[in-house]
This record gives sequence, C-alpha cells and structure tokens, in this order.
Amino acid sequence: MKNDRKAWLYLLPAILFLGFFMVYPLVDVLIYSFEEGYNSASQTYAGIGLYNYSYVLHDPYFLQAVKNTFILVIITVPVSTGLALLISLGLNSIKKLKELYQTIFFLPYVTNTLAVGLVFMILFKKTAYTDGMVNLLINLFGGQSVDFIEGPYWAKMFVLCFYTVWVVLPFKVLILTSALASVKQDYYNAAKVDGASSFRIFTRITLPMISPMLFYLIITGFIGAFKAYSDAVALFGTNLNAAEMNTIVGYVYDMLYGDSGGYPSYASAAALILFAIVLSITVINLTISRRNVHY
Amino acid sequence: MEVRLDALTKIFPSRNRKSKDTVTAVNNFTLTIPDGKLVGLLGPSGCGKSTLLNLICGIEKATSGRILFGDEDVTDLPPEVRGVGMVFQNYALYPHMTVLQNILFPMQNFKGEKKLTKEQMLEKAHEAARLVQIDEYMERKPSELSGGQQQRVAIARALVKMPRILLLDEPLSNLDARLRLQTREELRRIQRETGITTVFVTHDQEEAMSISDMIVVMKDGILNQLGRPQEVYDEPVNLFVAKFLGTPPINVFRAKIKGESLIIGGEKVLRFPGVKDRGVMAGIRPEGFILRDDGALTLSLSAVEVMGRDTSIVSTHPECEAANIRSIISSENEVDEGAKEVRFDLKPNKTFIFDAQTGERIAAAPAPLREDA
Repeated sequence: MKNDRKAWLYLLPAILFLGFFMVYPLVDVLIYSFEEGYNSASQTYAGIGLYNYSYVLHDPYFLQAVKNTFILVIITVPVSTGLALLISLGLNSIKKLKELYQTIFFLPYVTNTLAVGLVFMILFKKTAYTDGMVNLLINLFGGQSVDFIEGPYWAKMFVLCFYTVWVVLPFKVLILTSALASVKQDYYNAAKVDGASSFRIFTRITLPMISPMLFYLIITGFIGAFKAYSDAVALFGTNLNAAEMNTIVGYVYDMLYGDSGGYPSYASAAALILFAIVLSITVINLTISRRNVHY
Repeated sequence: MEVRLDALTKIFPSRNRKSKDTVTAVNNFTLTIPDGKLVGLLGPSGCGKSTLLNLICGIEKATSGRILFGDEDVTDLPPEVRGVGMVFQNYALYPHMTVLQNILFPMQNFKGEKKLTKEQMLEKAHEAARLVQIDEYMERKPSELSGGQQQRVAIARALVKMPRILLLDEPLSNLDARLRLQTREELRRIQRETGITTVFVTHDQEEAMSISDMIVVMKDGILNQLGRPQEVYDEPVNLFVAKFLGTPPINVFRAKIKGESLIIGGEKVLRFPGVKDRGVMAGIRPEGFILRDDGALTLSLSAVEVMGRDTSIVSTHPECEAANIRSIISSENEVDEGAKEVRFDLKPNKTFIFDAQTGERIAAAPAPLREDA
C-alpha cells in the first residue's frame, strides 16, 4: 500500500501534465463537437446533436481535404518506406564514403520545413522570369512546361507527395540502417553456408529480422501523413482551400483561425473524424503487424 | 569426404587504417583430414582456429594455398556451393522461424536435380530431428528452447542437407558443465551414426581429447602437432603442446643435462642416455611422480588435497616455472601433511625435455636412476 502511494506521487507530475494538456482538451473537443454553434467568446451554444458532423461531412472543402489526405497517405507511406529500405540496403552494403552518404541522406531531417518549401518553390514554381528548374529539365527532354504550384490538380499533388516523401525519408533511412546493422553477420553467414541466394536471404532473413522496425515506420508514417498540414502550407500558401490542396488538419485549422474561421464546433467535429480515421487505420496496422512480426 | 589443406594462409589487414600491420591468422597450414573422422581443432583463444574453419566453409577467402574436398578444389568456391554444414558458436538459429522451419531452410535452397518435394523435405527434417532428439519441439521458436536444445537444432540444420563436411565452431562453449559432458557424447554418437567427416573447434583440451579421432593443436596460426589424442598427450612435439594438453597442466622446470642425467636444482632425477650436456626445460606430467621417502626430487610441500580416488600434492620448487607444482598420486599413499618436504621419483615416460630456447622436444629415451623402479 505504502509503495502504491509512493508510485502515484512519482507519477503525479506526468499525470497532471497529461491531464491538463492532453485529456482535458480531448474531452473538451468531444463536447464541442456535439454542441451546435458553440461560441468561445460568450461560451454559449444553440443546441446539442450531430449537426456539426453532418455539416462537415457535407462540406465540399472537407471532402476535398479528406481526398487529398488519403491520396497523400496512400502514395507517400509505401513510397517513402520502400525508398528508405532501398537506400538503407545500399548504405549498408557500401564501405567507402558510407558516413558521407549517411550525412547527405540525413540532411533534410535537420532542415527547416519552410526553408525546404522555398527550395521546392525554386524547383517547381513558374514565374515571369523562369519556369522553374524541373520545367527546364522537362523542356530539355522536349516536354511541355507544367505549372506545378498553380496548375492542374495532379501536378500539385505530385509536388506535395514528392515533398512529403523527401521530408520523411531521412528518419526512415536512419531507423532502417541501424535496424539492418543490428542483424548479426552470423545469420547471413549461416544462410550463405546453407546455400541461400541473396534474394532468399533478403526475403527470408533480412526482412523478417527488421520487420519490427519496418512496421513501426509504417504505423508512424500513416499517423504522420494523416496529420500533414505544414508541408502543404509551405508549398501552396495559407489559402489551401482555393488551391484544392487542403488536408484534414488544414481544414480544422481553417475552421478555427482561417479567413472562414471562428467555428470551433465544426473544427472539433472534423478533428474527431480525423481521430477516428487514424485510430482505425492504426488498429488495422497493429493487427496485421501482430500477425507478421514474430519476436 | 577427405579434406586437404595445402599451405593455406590467411592474412587479415590491420583494423587500423593508418597502420600497415597485418595479422596472419592462419600460416602455411598443411593438413589432411581422413574421410569419416572426427577431428578436434585445438588451440588457445586467438590462435586462428575459427578462421581456419571459416576458410574451410568458405565464409573467409584464403590469401594463398588450396583447399580440396576429395579431388575437388574448392578454394575459390563460395560457401553455398561447397556443400558444408556449419554449426556456429552461438548457433545462429533464425529467431523468427520455428525449429521445423529452421531445419527446412537449407533444403529449400536446393536447386536443379537436388530439389526435393515438400513431403521429402518434411520427412528428412523429421529424420534429422529424431537423430538429435528434438522431434518433440518442432513447432517451438529457438527462444523457447534451452541452450542444449538450440545446439541440437543447429546440428540438425547442418546435417539435414547431407553435407560433405560438418564444421562446428566451439559447439559446446555456450553450455553448462553437465550439459557439455552429455552433449559431447551426443556429438560423438551423431558423428558415428552419420559418418560425416567432422571438424570441430575448441579451446577446451579435455573436450577435444575425449571425443576426437584426431586432434590438431595450433598456435598463432601454425600447426604444431597432429595425431590421435593419446599420442599427442604422450609424445608432445614441443613445450607448447605439452603445456596445452592435460589438466592439471604439466609441471615445467628449468633444468640441465649433465653427464647424461637430468639435473633439477642440483638433484639428479633421471638418466638421459645419449644426450649431451645442455640447458633444458623439463616437463613432468602430474601423474609422473612416484612418492618415495628416498625419492630423487625434493619439493617443498604446500598442501595435500585428498580427492577420493586420487591425492593431489601441491608443492613448490625454486626452479619451477609456475608458482605451484601439482602431482597426482593414488590416495592409497600416506602423505604427512605436516612435513616440510616431499620426495618423488619420476616416471621416465611422463617426463619430457625441451630445448630451453626453442621449446622443441629433445628426442631421447629416459631411463630410471635405479634398477627397481
């Protein structure tokens, strides 16, 4: 008993902190989402019900944001994880200049999002003076210039996905290189003596051995991509609805503070819908990974 | 399959990039391992025995020299086509696979003519598992097995593909003492039953002596002696081999030959007819002492340990290399523990003399001092 009380005492700071900044806001958001027309200044609301959810789910901007977010998630998570795996395998098998390449691949991780956004503008944006570096390349191979920042939807989505992959890659490369390095050489030697081809060594030994880390990256990758917002702002500015490039988090933000803002009830409902999506995806992910990660 | 190593050499570059020093792990090693024998590779830590094993299985590439399996030169072949089975020191069982999957793995790699059907593989896997007596644990993961069981799984995995040669790297070092005794008998039985030429590495001379048909003693990458265990024990070619084999270890004295007799600390202890006057190192096995009141060699008594069948006498002598001299005699002998001195005669076949500089054995047949001994 005495030990129990002591344990709670030690936990108190963390519990207070989490309570104030995590649990209380969460509960509050849940309440707001059911209160119609809640006004934070006067602390009043018009009624209680599912109206906010109905409104949000019928809002074309929200549906656009959901579509954008899902495309972003479905493209960037597999692409970035796959690419990171390839790069890590490469890094793991070279000897010379390994540190140099590791540093280069890690650079985007320590670079400011907005600064990177600017660089991407230079790469992709059409101005009065230049079509942007990428367009120059396209022209070089005889293609037509594309406006990646203010042009067609697919072009903008391509830039957003490209950017997201590039930003999340370093962390994944870092995790996977260390995961690969931690696979003992003995297993590879044993497999080689047992006559396994390098492809079989990869699928039967390497992949299963790093699968815990791989699944960790996929799960956090999903969660991170669903929460995407700042990347879109960095590329397309703050008026994301007009650019058709809004994300769910962007929609929540706009509902609170944007030009069309001042609707905490709608924002709360949208936030809870996002929460439900992320939760179900994560549960699915964990179920699959339990079945495939064995030790 | 007979294995022949011909002037095999492996030189590792230095770990420190700036230094030009290299490490010669295996040095001009020539050895023939007869078909179907169990050979123990014995040497102290860092003597290159694991490297030699890795060279035979192909994980390491030889710097020079040839490796032949029968008439086939395998020196430049990669490990996967050499057809060797290897048991690693830490077993290297794949942790994410069950015992059955681990044993199946080598067979699933077969290509072409050797390819087996699923049923054949399962049958062979169970056969191998029965041989090493782990067939009850086929569905377990390696982490759910004890060290001894893991070791047997590793042997089954190495055997299941019918290797031409079975290699074991310190197979017993991760087991506790009781299990080690049991497993080494097991190893001997499995090797006899399969008849596969087997090479195992150990630094434990007792292990090597007890189960090998042949032992190879190596030091600093150089082959020192090769032969049947008892032969090597009875006729060591140099001081290193003499010291390395036997527990308790051989007792080494700084001595000299004068007038065809071995002199230790001024006492004439054995006759060595035909050996010229010179300084030597004398090695006396612990069982080479005969307790006698008028014995030739006088030692200062430190302790007497009676251990059932044997009595171990611990004593000192100024000319002895080690701090203590251990002699083992039958416990029927009465030793006065309070005495200051103890006197022994030496058994000629348990006493060896070595060159004081090179440590090479001086070939000579010693004779006892008196006729009645």
